[in-house]
Amino acid sequence: MAAGKEIRTKIKSVENTRKITKAMEMVAASKMRKAQDRMKMARPYAEKIGRVAAHFSQAHAEYRHPFVVARGEIKRIGLLVVTTDKGLCGALNTNALRQAVSKMKEWEGRKIEVDVSVIGNKGLGFMQRMGANIVSEVHGLGDTPHLERMIGPVQVMLDAYKAGRIDALYIIYARFINTMKQESMFTQLLPLSAELAMEKRDEHWDYIYEPEARSVVDGLMVRYIEALIYQAVAENMACEQSARMVAMKAASDNAKNVIGELKLMYNKTRQAAITQELSEIVAGASAV
Amino acid sequence: MAMTLHVDIVSAEAEIYSGLAEFVVVPAEMGEVGIYPRHAPLISRIKPGSVRVKVPDQAEENLIYVSGGILEVQPGVVTILSDTAIRGADLDEERALEAKRQAEELMKDRSSAMDYAKAQAELAEAIAQLAAIQKLRKKGR
Repeated sequence: MAAGKEIRTKIKSVENTRKITKAMEMVAASKMRKAQDRMKMARPYAEKIGRVAAHFSQAHAEYRHPFVVARGEIKRIGLLVVTTDKGLCGALNTNALRQAVSKMKEWEGRKIEVDVSVIGNKGLGFMQRMGANIVSEVHGLGDTPHLERMIGPVQVMLDAYKAGRIDALYIIYARFINTMKQESMFTQLLPLSAELAMEKRDEHWDYIYEPEARSVVDGLMVRYIEALIYQAVAENMACEQSARMVAMKAASDNAKNVIGELKLMYNKTRQAAITQELSEIVAGASAV
Repeated sequence: MAMTLHVDIVSAEAEIYSGLAEFVVVPAEMGEVGIYPRHAPLISRIKPGSVRVKVPDQAEENLIYVSGGILEVQPGVVTILSDTAIRGADLDEERALEAKRQAEELMKDRSSAMDYAKAQAELAEAIAQLAAIQKLRKKGR
């Protein structure tokens, strides 16, 4: 059995670890609330712009934006992977990246090339090690997602789509269901047809465009895609904080168990030592 | 009561205003636009400026500043999608180039083809670790 002092040191170190995980749990809990609020704040915009885009697809416009036109043959695909910047958040990033890898493998099997755009440090490191073709990236977003930071990488993908370098754009992110449950989501961003192809109303109407249709619709479509991506990033951040909180809570509980076990062991060794000493004294006394 | 229309002003990061109005003035790109209920469908870009909303039963108009965006008018609904970022073709292009440049720098020392085996091994390891932790936890109880 280990000596008393060794066990005491071990208990001390586990206690220190527990202090850290406990603190991280509490930090994550308070950040989680803010992240959830931000996620909810982003919802009205996504909803409204979705409605406008849907209206637009119903209008009998002369100008069909390239984003709504599906392409026959798909040779190259853009994939946007949203991950966190920091670790210690359970299986969140692993699940997203696993899904990304399985999709990329499937595409490779069909001789489709993949361009990857990454948001977040974790995915960036992983894709780099994996040797994926990263065309754009952004990391170090902090706790608040700013649309401004995301315009760059998104623009790269949209430009590639417009120029015909990629024929479809997908996104992988973690969807927030509740604090305990997050789900890795895989959705198509471009072309938009699937989502916007609603039933056309019979009456013939079109918008008045100011200035001309093309530039307004371009602006609208780019913003729509950005809103979807922003929403994905905001959800991913809420997921990150809640996953971290849960993971840290589990770690703190574990540490508590370990401390309990170690304390039991420590007391047992202590008692054994006392018993031994006593019996030695008794034996010594009777010998005299 | 006068006829009203519904006004929604939202930005990507927050909902700014939502409510009924009698009359709305928006700084559209081609000049200010005044919108009464039953306006024809209109879609336009807007310039940075203030949106004026005349709320029923209130003498003063509400002033809301927007930094550009998109305006959509349907007969009973006005939707203003306000931008949070300062936009412009050049600025967007610059941001895109920056993101691209960073990625290209990363790709410089990239090993030949995609290494699926390595990636999957890495993920499998992470998953195994998580599974082991879960098992440990169950045993602990």
